[in-house]
Amino acid sequence: MGTTRTTEILVGAFMAAGFLALFFLAMRVSNLSAAGDGDGYALIARFDNIGSLKVRAPVSMAGVRLGRVESIAFDEAAYQAVVTLRIDAAYDQLPTDTFANIYTAGLLGEQYVSLDPGGSPDYLGDGDQIEHTQSALVLERMIGQFLFNQAQEDSE
Amino acid sequence: MVVTDALARLGRAGLTALAGVGRAHTLLAAIIVGLPALLPRPRLLIAQIFNIGVLSVLIIAVSGLFVGMVLGLQGYYVLNQFGAEESLGVMVAASLVRELGPVVTALLVAGRAGSALTAEIGLMKATEQLSALEMMAVDPVRRVLTPRFFGGCIAMPLLAAMFSMLGVLGGWFVGVGLLGVDDGAFWSQMQSKLDFREDVINGVIKSLVFGVVVSWIALFQGYDATPTAAGVSQATTRSVVHAALAVLGLDFILTALMFGE
Repeated sequence: MGTTRTTEILVGAFMAAGFLALFFLAMRVSNLSAAGDGDGYALIARFDNIGSLKVRAPVSMAGVRLGRVESIAFDEAAYQAVVTLRIDAAYDQLPTDTFANIYTAGLLGEQYVSLDPGGSPDYLGDGDQIEHTQSALVLERMIGQFLFNQAQEDSE
Repeated sequence: MVVTDALARLGRAGLTALAGVGRAHTLLAAIIVGLPALLPRPRLLIAQIFNIGVLSVLIIAVSGLFVGMVLGLQGYYVLNQFGAEESLGVMVAASLVRELGPVVTALLVAGRAGSALTAEIGLMKATEQLSALEMMAVDPVRRVLTPRFFGGCIAMPLLAAMFSMLGVLGGWFVGVGLLGVDDGAFWSQMQSKLDFREDVINGVIKSLVFGVVVSWIALFQGYDATPTAAGVSQATTRSVVHAALAVLGLDFILTALMFGE
């Protein structure tokens, strides 16, 4: 009986240690502790061009992370990208005329959504749409614009 | 006729291989059918989790710690050249949770516990213990193989999780403790880049699959061994080799399915 009991205790300790390790991986290593799925509220923003924005990209205001990009869809009627942003429930005072931009972190970094607050006294709620958006800057388009302007100046 | 002889040899080899695959699947079905009979007797399962899991903890813990430390050391020297040593945490954790944790754990368990299972079952067969059980109207598959199989399936993900956790801690010790990477950046970059469902759960699924495959191969090789001393030794070798090949091959397929877009 004694050996069976020791075995059982050791197996119990082993399984507890295994689950503890899984818990560690979930909470400390992955992003489960930060903004779990389904928390917070959703905002919808339509962009003419989202560049290379990815799902799970950060959404920030004043450089502070408020949430993340939940999904990206394509609206075939308007030929626009429909980006769903999941904002943490703690930040529920974004004005209705908030402005959404797509910026790039660093020169070659990943793209993220930056929100600039407006002045409206009303706040955005779950499922609301952000009216003012600015597309991602596409490098080729900027260079093309620059060359075009340059050529125009030369011909004048 | 040389040509027909060669063809006959090829055919025989093919048929033998196919028959082996068939026997392996029949055995797996018989093992899984034995699960309801196992549930009222958890003692049998606990004893096998002890054999496969608890007794493997030491080698898993030491390997995990050292693999993580080496990753931290090597990763630091490469990332340092690009001034990106803050990403060390991401590199260490992603490679451990996605690949090295499940795969190295499976290889170690195949060597440490799988070979022991094969030798045990093979010897039971060689000394006619399995036949003796059958004579007492006890199904040897249900009584002997089923607890070992499910013990392996339960132990593997837990061992892989321990491996990954200790690896991350080893990488943290080397990176933050010895090489001076910023503690906050190490953890925050890791947390922002690793997703729970995408990375951690997929790693657990991988190790679960490896647990099934390693236990299955080990038990089949033992059960199917030629009941002689030479047969058991061959079966033990085959068990480790086949398990390692299956784990590495399956890892590629699973990675392609999980992380390929």
